[in-house]
Amino acid sequence: MDDICILAIESSCDETAAAIVKNGREVLSNVIYSQIDLHTVYGGVVPEIASRKHIEKINQVVDKALKDAGLTFNDIDGIAVTYGPGLVGALLVGVSFAKSLSFATDIPLIGVHHIEGHICANYIENKDLKPPFMALVVSGGHTHLVKVKDYGEYEILGRTRDDAAGEAFDKVARAIGLGYPGGPKVDKVSKEGNPEAIVFPKAKVNDSIYDFSFSGLKSAVLNYLNQAEMKGETIVVADVAASFQKAVVDVLVDHTVAAAKEYGFKEVALAGGVASNSGLREAMEEACSKNGVTLYRPSPIFCTDNAAMIGVAGYYEYIKGNRSDYHLNAVPNLKLGDR
Amino acid sequence: MKILSIDSSGLVATVAVLEDDELIAEYTVNYKKTHSETLLPMLDEIKSMIDLDMSTVEAIAVAKGPGSFTGLRIGSATVKGLAYALNIPVVAVPTVDAMSMNLWGSDKLICPIMDARRNQVYTGLYEFEDGNYKVVMEQDALAVEDLCEKLNEIGREVILLGDGVPVYRGQIDSLLKVKHSYAPANLNRQKASSLGVLAYKYIKEGKLETAEEHKPEYLRLSQAEREKLEKDGKA
Repeated sequence: MDDICILAIESSCDETAAAIVKNGREVLSNVIYSQIDLHTVYGGVVPEIASRKHIEKINQVVDKALKDAGLTFNDIDGIAVTYGPGLVGALLVGVSFAKSLSFATDIPLIGVHHIEGHICANYIENKDLKPPFMALVVSGGHTHLVKVKDYGEYEILGRTRDDAAGEAFDKVARAIGLGYPGGPKVDKVSKEGNPEAIVFPKAKVNDSIYDFSFSGLKSAVLNYLNQAEMKGETIVVADVAASFQKAVVDVLVDHTVAAAKEYGFKEVALAGGVASNSGLREAMEEACSKNGVTLYRPSPIFCTDNAAMIGVAGYYEYIKGNRSDYHLNAVPNLKLGDR
Repeated sequence: MKILSIDSSGLVATVAVLEDDELIAEYTVNYKKTHSETLLPMLDEIKSMIDLDMSTVEAIAVAKGPGSFTGLRIGSATVKGLAYALNIPVVAVPTVDAMSMNLWGSDKLICPIMDARRNQVYTGLYEFEDGNYKVVMEQDALAVEDLCEKLNEIGREVILLGDGVPVYRGQIDSLLKVKHSYAPANLNRQKASSLGVLAYKYIKEGKLETAEEHKPEYLRLSQAEREKLEKDGKA
């Protein structure tokens, strides 16, 4: 069989990214322009600023992806693009650009689900990983526990009812003065703190055992800070961070391991930006090995928003014959499994 | 020289193919669908209708702004992708200037107005003097009151057009002291053909951009930047 090369584009939030992926598993190039510095002064991603920056960077990023791979459009079999979920204005830049590339070159267009991309990031460095397996997707915008039944076939077992895990990290980080982005900062400070210092509640969602809820935990942290301040107690930032992180990690690990046991999965994959969190990685590693489950997780460069993962997902859609037409639109609330 | 011309700055999506002094095809839609759903399918329809070989297109003209932020970006991203893949230049034409070409040759002052929300319009003033096109006032975001005051000062008869007309017509009628009229349906919205005609002038003047260089001109900061400036100014 001839090699199949996918050019992938991702612009769903604040990273402008393009990549070339060969045969679904080999990354020939992976270019990411992160806008994080632009948004830090605002304490979070500003959609209009993100969209404006995507427009300025998209050509440069795509051109570099082709050049780094040493390819031209003649070598490309499919153009994959994230069309949801994400910020609508940001998504529209990538979608409009990919559509016009496809139109001008007659290369087939493939719309890709952002979360599917995150899950598929695991295929890049684990050539033996194949469905079925369990996946936990945790990022600034998403918290999903997913049964990966086959390539492109998913069943969501649990999702967050309120804040995404990464969002909770950002909010708590702001409250304890660590700033944005919260995830890496809380993770770093936590290493110096005692995770048993404060017991924060682990929210359970009554009617669905695998769903998550993090807004109660966030409020508990804020209450703790207020009360400590009123009593004139010194707040040990590292202890608050470590205890909060433990509360998040424990719930994520408990749900994932319980679901793997219930459904008989021997393989679990982590995905999304929060998959880089060292506390989560260590705790998940330990729980999985205790239960005879193999844990997969992408390198940090493939955990953050990137286009290589979109190229992998796009490849599996491509070989199934799935194509998008020129009506493809950005879908900010796209559900996993919808097409 | 064959050019493709695209404007998605306002409510209207409009696409045209021109070859020098001839308009080969034009497709304009003023409907509630998003530009993301209309623009490429319209272009595809034109392409198959006139058997357009994309490799024969030598430049792509786009309404660079002002306009709806999202609309401008859909047009801009589309043009940047086309120009990059076809390896041809972009001709970025000011949106309001392009609209003024709808009324080519008029002996009256031409005043396009686009609804810019917050009681403002994106507008500019144009005239034809002995057949020569002239920009009297460059495009800008103005309060409707300020625009009317300016027109009263100039004191000339004026024709207005654009999607700002249905929004501000009553206000304009009561504030304008000069004789004025409104362009009819065939001329009162963005037309990719008008944009294309002005684009040839830009090409002759060498005003070209690469796909990578091109970006919209919003004429406005984002809300977050505006609020930050106000806050920092007060602090």
